[in-house]
Amino acid sequence: MSFLSIQDLTVRLRGKAPILRRVSIDVAAGEVRALVGESGAGKSMIGKSVLGTLPQALGITGGRIILDGEDLEQLSPRARRQRIGAKVALIPQDPLTALNPSRRVGPQITNRLVDILGWSRKAAEARALELLAEVHIPDPARVMRAYPHELSGGMRQRILIASAFAAEPKLIIADEPTTALDVTVQKQILRLIAEMQQRHGTALLFVTHDLGVVSKVCQTMSVLYSGMVVEDTNVREFFASPGHPYSAALLAATPKYTDPDGSLTPVPETVIRAVEEEVAAFDREMEGAA
Amino acid sequence: MQILRRMIARLAATAVTLVGVAVIVFVVIRVVPGNPIAMMLPPGATDADIQRLQELYGLDKSIPEQFLIWAGGVLQGDFGTSISLRQPVSELVLGRLPATLELSVMALAIAVVLGGGMALTATLYRGTRVEGAIDVTGGMALSVPDFLWGLVLILLFGVLWPLFHISGRISPSLGFEFQSNFYLWESFVRLRFDVWTDIVAHMFMPALALAIPLAAIISQLLKQSLKETMHLDYVTLARTKGYSETSIITREALPNAILPTLTLVGVQFTFLIGGTVIVERLFSYEGLGNMAIDAVINRDLPLIQGIVILFALIFTVVNLVVDMTYAALNPRLRHA
Repeated sequence: MSFLSIQDLTVRLRGKAPILRRVSIDVAAGEVRALVGESGAGKSMIGKSVLGTLPQALGITGGRIILDGEDLEQLSPRARRQRIGAKVALIPQDPLTALNPSRRVGPQITNRLVDILGWSRKAAEARALELLAEVHIPDPARVMRAYPHELSGGMRQRILIASAFAAEPKLIIADEPTTALDVTVQKQILRLIAEMQQRHGTALLFVTHDLGVVSKVCQTMSVLYSGMVVEDTNVREFFASPGHPYSAALLAATPKYTDPDGSLTPVPETVIRAVEEEVAAFDREMEGAA
Repeated sequence: MQILRRMIARLAATAVTLVGVAVIVFVVIRVVPGNPIAMMLPPGATDADIQRLQELYGLDKSIPEQFLIWAGGVLQGDFGTSISLRQPVSELVLGRLPATLELSVMALAIAVVLGGGMALTATLYRGTRVEGAIDVTGGMALSVPDFLWGLVLILLFGVLWPLFHISGRISPSLGFEFQSNFYLWESFVRLRFDVWTDIVAHMFMPALALAIPLAAIISQLLKQSLKETMHLDYVTLARTKGYSETSIITREALPNAILPTLTLVGVQFTFLIGGTVIVERLFSYEGLGNMAIDAVINRDLPLIQGIVILFALIFTVVNLVVDMTYAALNPRLRHA
């Protein structure tokens, strides 16, 4: 039984244009799954659907999201919020905007523990200090009292990672957590996420467009195109022999670290046309079924 | 240290502002047609009478000379004597100041509660009819000036449904002996709630009339910045932690969204104090504004000067307080 099971999830823009097309994804306890695709493929929207943070114009029009055996869409908004708060956490994309600028760092880590999960302030603070040390932040006590603007982007992302793991969630959704950082920091943060995931055994849904990241951190992966899962595979197999022509083209388009001067290979027109046709056929089928 | 240095700089700027205001007012009210002597003398007064009175009030001297004499007095705390009321200006003005301060602060409180409540409700129900209704109400509140709201209120709650008193500051029949001119405050701390209720019943309508347009401004601006803040990443992150919409708005979004509103409230509060001039007249409320109108009608030069200087002082103090609050609420400014 998967911890998170997304079944036939359809999300539409104002009830019309499909953003996600019957997406099905399973994440077992402790599994690290990548959601890969170009920008606009809908990979972030899957995470947002689970977390309940879809933009107002988007709505879930079909399918189920089953978290720890419960269908989230059947719950009251309040109950849904509490389940997410207790069992799932988010590592956001941009650490520079994801911390509240008018509050000190400490309360931003402890607030979920105290307000939602009912910990004592003292216990929550001890836990936060412990976690800040775990994410290799020097002088955690000082950082707890600091305001976000006093810290670097890398530091802030470490704080957000610590905050995500604070309540021992069963699942963490990392939404392009290294995209906003510079390259040297990216590697450290990536290593840190992998290290924390292994230590805590948390399942991880890793949204990224970087196949290099996938090969380093993830075990399984779903490849998205235009809101549709075109391939669901494990990472080793994907890199050995991608199953879908689009996946293969995507892999070929990834710049090689071993060959930094080599020219980039764009995804060929023919592949795009083929996968667009697949999407269109899928849409016709969906309309027919409805 | 930074804050201290900034405060000193601000105080110096305040002094310059006040001198500028003093010069302008002093000159303008002497250059415009009409003079206090003409208002005082009975018809048929001789040139000699006029001459005698002008000498008595020092109006025969040149304007720069008059200014120096007046400024010299001010530096010793003497703002001159009112021509029409024949009392020291400082006594008159300070006697009326509490009435206007109480009215303005009450109006501000009403505006903040009303405007803040509207903004928070509209944000909570954004995209629904509730938000639309609040927008329409706000637009209406804003497009009617405060004194017209005063008339509307007098009609509604003074005449049609007489809930409140329409004139004065307190019912004379109460016969309560005040030791200060802060009636509202004093009756409260002396626990005379019968008197306090009577004063509130007198103040409520003028305060509400002053508050309505300001409430609309607060509501619209705060709603706008709340709306922008609600899309920011840290608000989304708080949402994933399990907070309810209400606590997300009040705890995460509001402390940041309130900053631009705060600046505006400071500026608008000074307009509100300006608005007391007409609204106090409308409700026969014995405050500074009402006195200012009489002073202008009587061309009571020393009194006009005193009142204007006091208004200017209030304006600068309010802006100083706003700046301080802004720095206190915004940690990024504290270190900058």
